[in-house]
Amino acid sequence: MENKIDARGLSCPQPVILVQKALKDGALSLEIIVDNDVSKENVIRFAEGKYSMKTSVAQDGNDILLKITK
Amino acid sequence: MKTRFKNFFSTKYGILTAGSIIGLIAVMLVRFGNPANMGICVACFLRDSVGALGFHRAAPVQYMRPELAGLILGSMLAAFLAKELKPRGGSAPLVRFFLGFFAMIGALAFLGCPWRVIIRIAGGDLNGLVGLAGLVTGIFVGVLFLKSGYSLGRTRAQTRAAGLIMPILSVVLLVFVIFKISPSENAPLFFSSGGPGSKHAAIAVSLLAGTIVGIVAQRSRFCTIGSFRDIFVIRDFHLFFGIAAMFVVILVYNIFTGNFNLGFESQPVAHSFHIWNFLGMGLSGIAFALAGGCPGRQFIMSGEGDNDSVIFIIGMGAGAAFAHNFQTAASGAGPGKFTAPAVITGIVVCIIIGTVFSRSKTRGV
Repeated sequence: MENKIDARGLSCPQPVILVQKALKDGALSLEIIVDNDVSKENVIRFAEGKYSMKTSVAQDGNDILLKITK
Repeated sequence: MKTRFKNFFSTKYGILTAGSIIGLIAVMLVRFGNPANMGICVACFLRDSVGALGFHRAAPVQYMRPELAGLILGSMLAAFLAKELKPRGGSAPLVRFFLGFFAMIGALAFLGCPWRVIIRIAGGDLNGLVGLAGLVTGIFVGVLFLKSGYSLGRTRAQTRAAGLIMPILSVVLLVFVIFKISPSENAPLFFSSGGPGSKHAAIAVSLLAGTIVGIVAQRSRFCTIGSFRDIFVIRDFHLFFGIAAMFVVILVYNIFTGNFNLGFESQPVAHSFHIWNFLGMGLSGIAFALAGGCPGRQFIMSGEGDNDSVIFIIGMGAGAAFAHNFQTAASGAGPGKFTAPAVITGIVVCIIIGTVFSRSKTRGV
């Protein structure tokens, strides 16, 4: 199941809450776009720390694309 | 090297270091002249600064605090070096104004911002514990809204110039205090001759201290509201380690220097009317949680170019002026004449804001 979340312009903790909801709903992998480093750090800390997921980061201009996988 | 530094403050040791530095600076500022148990209190300092400008006329609490300019400039510097200077704004500004307004009404019923809650407890002030209970309860209420979809909507990128407004304003106010600019006698700037406003460190010391806290807090995302919110939302204690470190450093310092006085009575700039300590900080907790951060964090974000935080700060300033002009602010003697209606109104308004913005599904806009 592939999930995409656009969290640009949202401030913490909203991006993390969106990721939490998606993972709770059973998403095995997801992509999330954020636009600030705080959200990036928080999403990575959450996904890796609480769900033992792998994350990869790609920068595209002002957007930061995070891929979260098992 | 820069990336390693960048990563460091977002690690567990990084946040512990950040909290320790902020705690150390808080006690040092008291040593250099700031009011007892108020080394660095963002709400108090904003209230004093608003008073210095003459927006309220409470004589004991008027002084343009250079720490606030330091917070903004330090944050801007750190954000600039880390390429995190991102001018942004436009997420329900007027709502944020009123969240700031009522956050301050609550803070001044308790007498302190969340940073001062920690500082007061670490000084043995048990009233601080009552405030903390209120704060945590307030944040919990805010989290309930967040979990049911509360959002004030997306921010948008703005031009670089927009992000410079707050740093420039802080430099202007710094010039005001350095040169004691005043059009005539009995006109602003006002400087308290007694009370908390008369107690302050030298301008250079305050500015330097504020700048260091600004840098450290920007890199570490240190936030008292976030600490409890993350525990409630995702069971994450990362930010909490920061305030725990701050608490321990101040506690140890106070014990070793004989400044730890356990009790409810005769605490510096505090009162023991539990209901208003609880509800005051409770109101602040909801408002801060709905706005996305404690006052310290709002100042840090304003330095990064977040104009939504600037609006929140202006709201807090207006709240401070209102609180003293209409006697909703408490004092060491207890609640003011209108503390009760103001705090209760604030709680009602915040709950309405939380409810309305959870339902409107602004998230998808």
